Amino acid sequence: MSRISQTMAALRAAKRKVLIPYLVAGDPDKGTTLALMHALVAAGADIIELGIPFSDPSSDGTVIQLGAERALREGTTLHDVMDIVRQFRAHDATTPIVLMGYLNPIEIMGYEAFASAAQAVGADGVLIVDMPAYECAELFDAVRPRGLDTVFLVAPTTTQSRLASICASSTGYLYYVSLKGVTGAAITDKGDIKSKIEHLRTMTDLPVVVGFGIKDAASAVDMASISDGVIVGSALVDAISRLHRGGVATPDDLAATVAVIASIRSAIENIK
Amino acid sequence: MSTVKPEQVVGATAADPFSGPDAHGHFGRYGGVFVGETLIAAVEELDKVYTTMAGKPEFWAEIDRDLKFYVGRPSPLYVAERLTAHFGGAKIVLKREDLNHTGAHKINNTIGQALLAKFMGKPRIIAETGAGQHGVASATIAARLGLQCDVYMGAEDIKRQSANVYRMKLMGARVIAVESGSRTLKDALNEALRDWATNVDNTYYIIGTAAGPHPYPRMVRDFQSVIGREARQQSMELFRRLPDALVACVGGGSNAIGLFHPFLHDTDVSMYGVEAGGDGLETGRHAAPLSAGRPGVLHGNRTYLMTDAAGQIMETHSVSAGLDYPGVGPEHAWLKDIGRVNYVAATDTEALEAFRYLSRMEGIIPALESAHAIAYGCKLAAQLPKDRIVVINLSGRGDKDIHTVAGIDGIEI
Ligand SMILES: Cc1ncc(COP(=O)(O)O)c(C=O)c1O
Repeated sequence: MSRISQTMAALRAAKRKVLIPYLVAGDPDKGTTLALMHALVAAGADIIELGIPFSDPSSDGTVIQLGAERALREGTTLHDVMDIVRQFRAHDATTPIVLMGYLNPIEIMGYEAFASAAQAVGADGVLIVDMPAYECAELFDAVRPRGLDTVFLVAPTTTQSRLASICASSTGYLYYVSLKGVTGAAITDKGDIKSKIEHLRTMTDLPVVVGFGIKDAASAVDMASISDGVIVGSALVDAISRLHRGGVATPDDLAATVAVIASIRSAIENIK
Repeated sequence: MSTVKPEQVVGATAADPFSGPDAHGHFGRYGGVFVGETLIAAVEELDKVYTTMAGKPEFWAEIDRDLKFYVGRPSPLYVAERLTAHFGGAKIVLKREDLNHTGAHKINNTIGQALLAKFMGKPRIIAETGAGQHGVASATIAARLGLQCDVYMGAEDIKRQSANVYRMKLMGARVIAVESGSRTLKDALNEALRDWATNVDNTYYIIGTAAGPHPYPRMVRDFQSVIGREARQQSMELFRRLPDALVACVGGGSNAIGLFHPFLHDTDVSMYGVEAGGDGLETGRHAAPLSAGRPGVLHGNRTYLMTDAAGQIMETHSVSAGLDYPGVGPEHAWLKDIGRVNYVAATDTEALEAFRYLSRMEGIIPALESAHAIAYGCKLAAQLPKDRIVVINLSGRGDKDIHTVAGIDGIEI
């Protein structure tokens, strides 16, 4: 069983919700990202989505765009992202890491090189925002034999005919996009999300985790109540934007930055 | 004019390498649908609607009517006699897309796509623009059909194409400055994709070139193919034969594929796509992904890109805003790999020189984009015997560029 599936199974058995923060690797610099990842785990993160910075993040809102720009100004490459995972893994053998990003950096590295590096450093899954499952045959050939999970997005606009193929291609969990729009926008239609997730439940046993638009404890409770848990990106990246590049973040700085994750953790702890 | 319609056959096969794309939008390994999940349903719906409409003669009849009475087509095929005499080789012939309403080929595409938007019941259109020509063409058709129109334009381009910004506003469009990334065309495209994902229910996205996710490359090609169909027929009428060579500038590749596509099966017709060589290919400061880039994935399709070794999209450099784009339509990537079209580059200096000599020798001020095609086309003609015919696509007129060129001359207008 993959590290992601083990984590999910343990949470399910304990009737707890999963909490998945997203941050951009290299924002504001590589050392701080590594320190933040450990701080996130201490604050209650179950899985970490580590963003691969890209120059043209067309599915992201301003907050994450700026995070990617900061990381790229630091010169962060996909090799650096792998390096951050390797260093993290040296001190944390249990928290799964999902590499999330856009296709071009992975395509340029090459699927085989990407998959073998990801396996070697101890990453657990991949989520490529702009690569639909039916374009993934070659990628699957590279990542599946190495035990990496493949996570896909389901959107409010996803048609019934696509749902079946997304469920069939997904392992680990399903990422349900809460809104029509980009990361960091506001959720407007809770009722629709609830019925869509209930429908998804009839099609798959995979955990369904809701992301996009979760910015605080209240919105996290709303979404976690109707799903298996939440992904929090922009709210965290916004806090990271206040950290200074290059300087050593003090334990207090780190705690303040991940406070939003800690507060969401305690808020979703009582949902049954 | 010719009413031969775009091929209904889809899928490039060994037997016919020019019949692409296949059902998933592939031209060989290029093309496809690489967008976020939120937009997949929208592009799939568009593909369905377009495929249905493309099979209806009434749809093309309505487009033909608009092209004739609103755009002013057919655009002439003009023999540039002084230019021909000056270069002393093949006959230089210009396809005059600059004479279209709004001054460029871009309107051929917006007429078609706006009709789809109307048919799909979308009250709002959005567009990205670099030089402003596609933005103007979108604002124009939106005004005529009574649609709301928002145009995304890089803040950098807003500065260098201020006349077009004002034209768009005059026609009731809103021009939204894009401050992210390199603040040029690629970033305008990103921002338009974000808008579309957010407003997908009421908004139609008119992509301005033969790139983006399937079905855009096919659709834009089909709408622009009127250029090549006319040129073919006009060449037969004027010269009783087909041209020997076709030359067009390549930004995203829409005017080039529009000219080339109806001639792809004519193996005696050679083709040249001219990219923006900027300061020179050897300097790295250019916008020539086919000449000096590598395959990757951006803006919905797999194609040749200007991408660095880490997979980041590089900043491009060109004197012409409309060619300042790091990607290119996927059909061109395919035509390059199979060797059907030659892709070459003209530098800023060569384009500016062509801008000046075409103005002086023929009384035609070309768009800086088109000046790249003129520069290469004249060089080519000079090397060919006098009995050959070279058709150069004059994709647009240069009114929008006089500030840029005057600025280079140190003159303030
Ligand atoms: C006059 C003109 N020609 C060419 C282009 C380049 O676009 P494409 O390669 O799609 O024809 C532009 C783009 O703005 C343009 O305005």
